Amino acid sequence: MSAQTSTTARRSSFWQSNFVYSFRKSPVAIVSMIVFALIALAALFAPWIAPVDPYDQALFDIMDSELPPVWQTYGDPRFLFGTDPQGRDMLSAILYGTRLSLLIGVCAVAVQAFLGISIGLIAGYIGGRLDSLLMRMADIQLSFSTLMVAIIFLAVSQAIFGSDTFNKYAIFMLIVVIGVAEWPQYARTVRACVLAEKKKEYVDSARVLGFGPLRIMVRHILPNALSPIFVISTVQVANAIISEASLSFLGLGMPPSQPSLGLLISSGFDYIFSGSWWITTIPGVVLVVLVLVINLLGDWMRDVLNPRLYKGDK
Amino acid sequence: MALLSVKDLTVKFAMRDQSVTALNGISFDLAKGERIGIVGESGAGKSITGFSLMKLISKPGYIDGGQILFDGQDIAQMDEPALREIRGNQMAMIFQDPMVTLNPVLTIGEQMVETLRAHRKVSREEAEQIAIVKLREVYIPSPEERLRQYPHELSGGMRQRIIIAIALLLEPKLIIADEPTTALDVTIQADIMDLMLELCTTNKVSLILITHDLGVVNQMTERTLVMYAGRIIESGRTREIINDPQHPYTQGLINALPQQTVPGQPLKQIPGSMPSLNNIPMGCAFHPRCAYATARCKTEIPSTLRFGAVEVACHEVERLKAGEARANEVGLAKAKADGPATSAESANALADTTGS
Amino acid sequence: MQTETRQPLLKISGLEKRFELDKGYLETLKFRKGRIVSERREVHAVNGVSLAVERGEALCIVGESGCGKSTVARLVAGLLKPSAGQIHYDGQRTDNLSRKALAPVRKKMQMIFQNPYASLNPRMTIQQALEEPVRFHNPRLSRAELKDQVAEVMRSVGVDPSWGYRYPHEFSGGQRQRIAIARSLTVDPEFVIADEPISALDVSIQAQVLNLMLKAKAVRGLTYLFITHDLSVVQHFGTRVAVLYLGSLCELADTATLFSAPKHPYTKALLSAVPQLSDERPNHIRLKGEIPTPINLPKGCPFQSRCAYATSRCSAERPEAIPQSDGSLVACHAVEEGRLD
Repeated sequence: MSAQTSTTARRSSFWQSNFVYSFRKSPVAIVSMIVFALIALAALFAPWIAPVDPYDQALFDIMDSELPPVWQTYGDPRFLFGTDPQGRDMLSAILYGTRLSLLIGVCAVAVQAFLGISIGLIAGYIGGRLDSLLMRMADIQLSFSTLMVAIIFLAVSQAIFGSDTFNKYAIFMLIVVIGVAEWPQYARTVRACVLAEKKKEYVDSARVLGFGPLRIMVRHILPNALSPIFVISTVQVANAIISEASLSFLGLGMPPSQPSLGLLISSGFDYIFSGSWWITTIPGVVLVVLVLVINLLGDWMRDVLNPRLYKGDK
Repeated sequence: MALLSVKDLTVKFAMRDQSVTALNGISFDLAKGERIGIVGESGAGKSITGFSLMKLISKPGYIDGGQILFDGQDIAQMDEPALREIRGNQMAMIFQDPMVTLNPVLTIGEQMVETLRAHRKVSREEAEQIAIVKLREVYIPSPEERLRQYPHELSGGMRQRIIIAIALLLEPKLIIADEPTTALDVTIQADIMDLMLELCTTNKVSLILITHDLGVVNQMTERTLVMYAGRIIESGRTREIINDPQHPYTQGLINALPQQTVPGQPLKQIPGSMPSLNNIPMGCAFHPRCAYATARCKTEIPSTLRFGAVEVACHEVERLKAGEARANEVGLAKAKADGPATSAESANALADTTGS
Repeated sequence: MQTETRQPLLKISGLEKRFELDKGYLETLKFRKGRIVSERREVHAVNGVSLAVERGEALCIVGESGCGKSTVARLVAGLLKPSAGQIHYDGQRTDNLSRKALAPVRKKMQMIFQNPYASLNPRMTIQQALEEPVRFHNPRLSRAELKDQVAEVMRSVGVDPSWGYRYPHEFSGGQRQRIAIARSLTVDPEFVIADEPISALDVSIQAQVLNLMLKAKAVRGLTYLFITHDLSVVQHFGTRVAVLYLGSLCELADTATLFSAPKHPYTKALLSAVPQLSDERPNHIRLKGEIPTPINLPKGCPFQSRCAYATSRCSAERPEAIPQSDGSLVACHAVEEGRLD
């Protein structure tokens, strides 16, 4: 027995090592991770990397407008990805836009997760009428498309508060709207997980020891429901980024002075037929790549954390 | 000639960076119509033995060496089409859990007819007739109706009977039963054991019964193999092994049963637990748990020796045998002198037996 | 033998538990004979079981799957609420208490579960799992006292206290079950409900765990309610045995009496079905059919459909548990009428 346990001590965290191991064995995961890390770091350090501040209108020169990327004829070495019609450096705009998109995506998912996990835990653990009520609410919420709810809400608030106030708080509005619209995804997953975990004997054991429902939910059940939460979180971040881009594209998101990726794509749309393809295409490519790598990472994570594939070393 | 002759069978599992040996040089013979039991605790490799005999080991497991001669053909070297011909047709397997072995979306009849028609050129009607005959053989009441039923409509015992009927459909020469009664209740288990015994003797079918239950082995089989950590450590006639086990592990296994101890007294436990496959001790795999282990046991893998009526893989059998004879005399004399132990004594004895 | 004057530690009277199969009104609607009818189906898991557990004994409840033995354990542990009947612990009625009011009883009454792979939280280290109940019930304990108490319990079940930082999956089944036992012992209970505690373990490990439980009984003076399907364990471990069939008590007797002179036809069949190590060929009493489903039970004796001695009285009237000359209780008309001898 001593021999056996000494080896188990050496690989002290099987779960972790399994996670790391399968990561190293998956080229897709490695490439996605690298690409994602590059984009995320570039976005995070945008103020230091970007050649100019794309929010400062005073720095734009109308003479530089619609310059193509450097590798094209008439490209200007100052503007790697060219400029938009106002003479704004596309590279800087994209870096700042990605930063905004990621920020909104992550924060919106945090809102979703908080709402969804709390509601899912309560619905699953308490059960009965409360469960039915909460889950019917989730069903109703899901039967409206996220975008529809967001468009109505944002359009109405834009009309009520006026454009200026709206633009000031646009980022919070977007986070809250996308956050609130998608909580049922989390609530359903967490509830299903709680229902499965609730049947296990460690929960009964905790009840026999006299622990209260809050303690059992948070200390005992929630840690065992984390794997699926991680998995949907990745997918949800990707979804939230797309939602934000769509809303901005429709003019219901970030103001033109602080363009996110969606708004950049939209603003370049009018010039695509005049030959200035880069204004739309380059942010578009960045958006697609970003969402793609997040989804690929999520896929890989789902395969690794799938409890049916992962049986432990029983 | 033996129906099945396994020679030095080794099965490995490819793990991350090394391969793990699940079966380490298993050899045994099985005569036509003979019933043998493979006994061991979980992790001993008894189920893997059953699967490898049909070459049902799937990745990352593989047969690393040795022969499985079935009717003179080496199964270990066969390709898939040849194996399909053998599986079901000449060898059948019965699994532990009757709840999951049957396909839940097909009726009993569909499953039986499909099995028959995959191997025999028979019409649907003929196949149904054969199925009904087989269901009758396993004492299933009104078999015509059962054919139209789905597995979930039947009880566990009934399902296990149907699984046995399916195994018998193609009149195999060998049935491998992996814990066939473990998932069943005691009264049903007794019925199923009777049934299997009867079918094997009347049809002259050989049986390999894989189980952890020595009582089941005792009632079902003529010969027993005891496995520990991927090796056969003792084999011989079932009666001999149960009445007079030679290997310290077999002795420990039998002595640990509650029936072997006066009620209320501490059981004779084996310390420690079965090693995991990637961490099998050097030398005799049992030595860390063995009370008789010597320096030799820690370094040298014991070879199988004929000892009396059984074959044992243990360095210390002879010494053990001599010691046991002495202990028996002393023990009997002591038991006569003392009479039943008082409760104070038993409490003391209990306090001494702290788990390993 | 127990004295008559002391009250039993645990007393169950007329305990019943029904589980509704159709939850919600819509599920009760069924299509029968061309019309839609509302019909409620219930599983009768436990039907009027009465028994008492005396201080210091180990009462075993045996029976086959679906006989309601685990449900009885869960009812006693307060994990389920009974549909009818009462549970008294140490003279105090417990089945109608709220969770807060039950807390003092919880400290005295603990439960060990069947599956050592599921009964420990996989995301908690052993130390955390063992400390949590101690801290919960004694919030004023200092860090050092807490550590000492946990270490002492770990040593008493043969688990090295230095393993505390490990997670359950790093232990074997037997070790996990010992840790689960340690966890229930941390609150220093006097009564332990063990629901098939060794069924998921290997033979050699079963002996280790049973020895540990016997030792805890001797050292701590524990009383056990031991649920199992394994009769050889009962014979070894139990002082008295209750045999359940389809949620009803068939026979309740001292272990020695039950094994030497079983009376109920079902007990006889059960005992004869256990595979033995002796030379004799199997000679068990065959029962007709199989255990019926506990949904909408018929009137009369629950065992009638499989009993060779069933009469019209058995199908009409439910047998009461009647005391026999040797002190056992048997619920059978045939025994009462002396038809079996």
